Amino acid sequence: MAEPTGIQTAHPVEHVHHEELGFWRTYVFSTDHKTIAKQFLFLGLFMMVIGGLLALMLRWQLAWPETAVPGFGWVPEPYMFEGIIPPETYNMLFTMHATIMIFFVIMPILVGCFGNFLIPLMIGARDMAFPTLNMLSFWVGAVAGVVMLTGFFVPGGHAATGWTAYAPLSAKAIYTGVDWGQNLWCISLIILAISSMMGSINYITTIINMRAPGMTWFRLPLVIWSLFIVAILLLLALPVLTSGLAMLLFDRMAGTHFFLPEGGGEPLLWQHLFWFFGHPEVYVLILPAMGVASDVLSTFSRKPIFGYRSMVYALIGIAFLSWLVWGHHMFQSGMNPALGTSFMISTMIIAVPSAIKTFNWLGTLYGGSIRFTTPMLNTLAFISMFVIGGLSGIFMASTPVDMFIHDTYFIVAHIHYVVFGGSIFGLFAAIYYWFPKMFGRMMNEPLGKIHFWLTFVAFNCVFIPMHILGVGGMMRRIYNPTQYEFLASLQPINVFITISAIVLGLAQIPFVINFFWSLFAGKEAGRNPWQANTLEWSAPSPPPHGNWGEKIPVVYHGPYEYSVPEVAEDYLPQDSPLVVPALAKH
Amino acid sequence: MLEYLKLETWLPENVSTYGAEIDFLFYVIYYITGVAFILVAAAMVAFLIIFRHREGRRARYVHGNTVLEIVWTVGTALIVIVLGIMSEPLWARIKQQVPPSDIQVRVTGKQFNWEILYPGPDGKFETADDVQMDNELHVPVNRVVQVFLTSKDVIHSFFLPNLRLKQDALPGRTIQAWFEATKPGVYEIPCAELCGFGHSGMLGYLTVHSAKDYEKWVKEQWPQS
Repeated sequence: MAEPTGIQTAHPVEHVHHEELGFWRTYVFSTDHKTIAKQFLFLGLFMMVIGGLLALMLRWQLAWPETAVPGFGWVPEPYMFEGIIPPETYNMLFTMHATIMIFFVIMPILVGCFGNFLIPLMIGARDMAFPTLNMLSFWVGAVAGVVMLTGFFVPGGHAATGWTAYAPLSAKAIYTGVDWGQNLWCISLIILAISSMMGSINYITTIINMRAPGMTWFRLPLVIWSLFIVAILLLLALPVLTSGLAMLLFDRMAGTHFFLPEGGGEPLLWQHLFWFFGHPEVYVLILPAMGVASDVLSTFSRKPIFGYRSMVYALIGIAFLSWLVWGHHMFQSGMNPALGTSFMISTMIIAVPSAIKTFNWLGTLYGGSIRFTTPMLNTLAFISMFVIGGLSGIFMASTPVDMFIHDTYFIVAHIHYVVFGGSIFGLFAAIYYWFPKMFGRMMNEPLGKIHFWLTFVAFNCVFIPMHILGVGGMMRRIYNPTQYEFLASLQPINVFITISAIVLGLAQIPFVINFFWSLFAGKEAGRNPWQANTLEWSAPSPPPHGNWGEKIPVVYHGPYEYSVPEVAEDYLPQDSPLVVPALAKH
Repeated sequence: MLEYLKLETWLPENVSTYGAEIDFLFYVIYYITGVAFILVAAAMVAFLIIFRHREGRRARYVHGNTVLEIVWTVGTALIVIVLGIMSEPLWARIKQQVPPSDIQVRVTGKQFNWEILYPGPDGKFETADDVQMDNELHVPVNRVVQVFLTSKDVIHSFFLPNLRLKQDALPGRTIQAWFEATKPGVYEIPCAELCGFGHSGMLGYLTVHSAKDYEKWVKEQWPQS
């Protein structure tokens, strides 16, 4: 197809910013989508350190209950007693570990950072549709982060009701002894939801209206498709969470009884609202990683992605079905069991688009010319770990089996295979892959590989045994497993998991060194170090304000035209005007 | 080594009538997903080795294969639908069709105890011969036991690992559950839903008596009748 098609009129007039912006407008209150992306990245990485430390503390307690955590003797009572974690603090640790990892690490990095960085660059736009709104989205998100962290320092400690905050436990301070901690938790998430809404509107508008000439819908890279669908999910799901949080806050502070039965309220209402948001949210965390994986896999297999259109339809299918499965979190909740059956069926069906994606990734590898770069290794880990997480989901989809494994470590293992094995490996793949474009320098490959292999092995040593704990019946969110006779034989597994978790934590040190070292001393990247097709690689590294010089690129091909027989190189950039007869049919 | 791959090595001993059926379903899914994982992983490793980059060899220029895509879509759909169909009747029998029984107890969760209320010899609750015990549930073996679950404060979850039963207890409503134990003994009743700082250690005991011991226990509790 030589004639560019697609949206041309909506494109803003060519104007490149030449005026010098001051320090504040360049680095702090910037409206440049790339700077905002980096801000989200640093926010997420900073929060990841906190979230990770919380996880290690609670793992210590599970392996060696009620012994002093080394290095934490300084924490004042009643939060810790000379380094010993009391149950109240333990509940706070797992609540905040999950809250921070989900809302302040994975969402800011995968959606906030890579959404912002990639959308304009990959569709051929100079910036987001609403740059000021974009800046506001980050800074509102940062306020949410500050409010969330403040909760650690208020009397009574932070929220301690799990990231799911089930009412009535969360709806009345007397049930936990936590007062302002839980209030700030609600307020922070409401603020964060506003931030995400602003981002979503921006993403959707930009993708619909600002694609470069020739960038048709089916020439969009899959990572852009995934971010587009994620933005729609967030736009529709977040208001439900926000309403629920507002009601919870009213119950706590204004004496209402939305979720309190003594005033005619309904505890299950909270669960319905929460999971109606919460299940699409899980896909918000995994879909961008699927998009990243598709792009990285195609690049380093030097081969077109297998079944591009079915990948798009599978993304849409997953997104649609994600609205119909929330009840599978509630099989044992007291919800009408007949309803459980219908949720079981919809949950089983959502395995189908997930399987389609997996098989298509395998199909992409088949017949490729595979390069084992660090982003590729992380992508391969993403795929294999996502397969485990997806398959273990089938166990709890089956309502009778769920009766036994619900609320056990089987669920904890499952969620971590999806959001750590899935989202976090996807996130690392994205960082290693796009770092050269973001900062103009390559990351160090040997250090990257050390980081990858240590993380991959330690991750599996942490989370495979958790399935066994779950099969053994160990409940999640318990402070001390040694209180139960039927769990006594499982305690050595808890010790093994904790040691592996410490290794997993240490395994991130090479990444931190690599990241900051490469930032200043990495090899210069050039425009297209991976010889990839998509538009971001046609811009300088790092791209200037406005991304391209005088002219924005024109798109002639799909994003995955690798190893085209008539072309000498094994890649064909989307903006290459080369006319290839064999492509005409695609 | 293979010993450790068997579920029964890890599952708590099953002493419930429907527990064996749950375990069977567990096994079916375990083997299906296990085989699926091994196939996917083996294919992936094989492709990674066979199709690794070598000088002078180009990747194949292929965009997909419609027949293959239809096959694996339909195949996956069939497997999961069959699993759904296999699960439904068991679920309905355990959670929807509570069999009638004259052994009835009320179990009320409260931070951080299970209050067990026995109706006494008259078989009726809220009469003079009711007896309440904290964290002690006594039942006869091989008899259906009906449990009326509720809570006084927050949500708790009534979990009998050895009987494969789990049911949340909600404040403001009463939920029926049932089980039939097949072996005398003492089994733990942990709370499985986070219920506050004392959640860990909220623990009751289910004592399953032989028919004779149960009669003796009833005599001890209600000597006048």
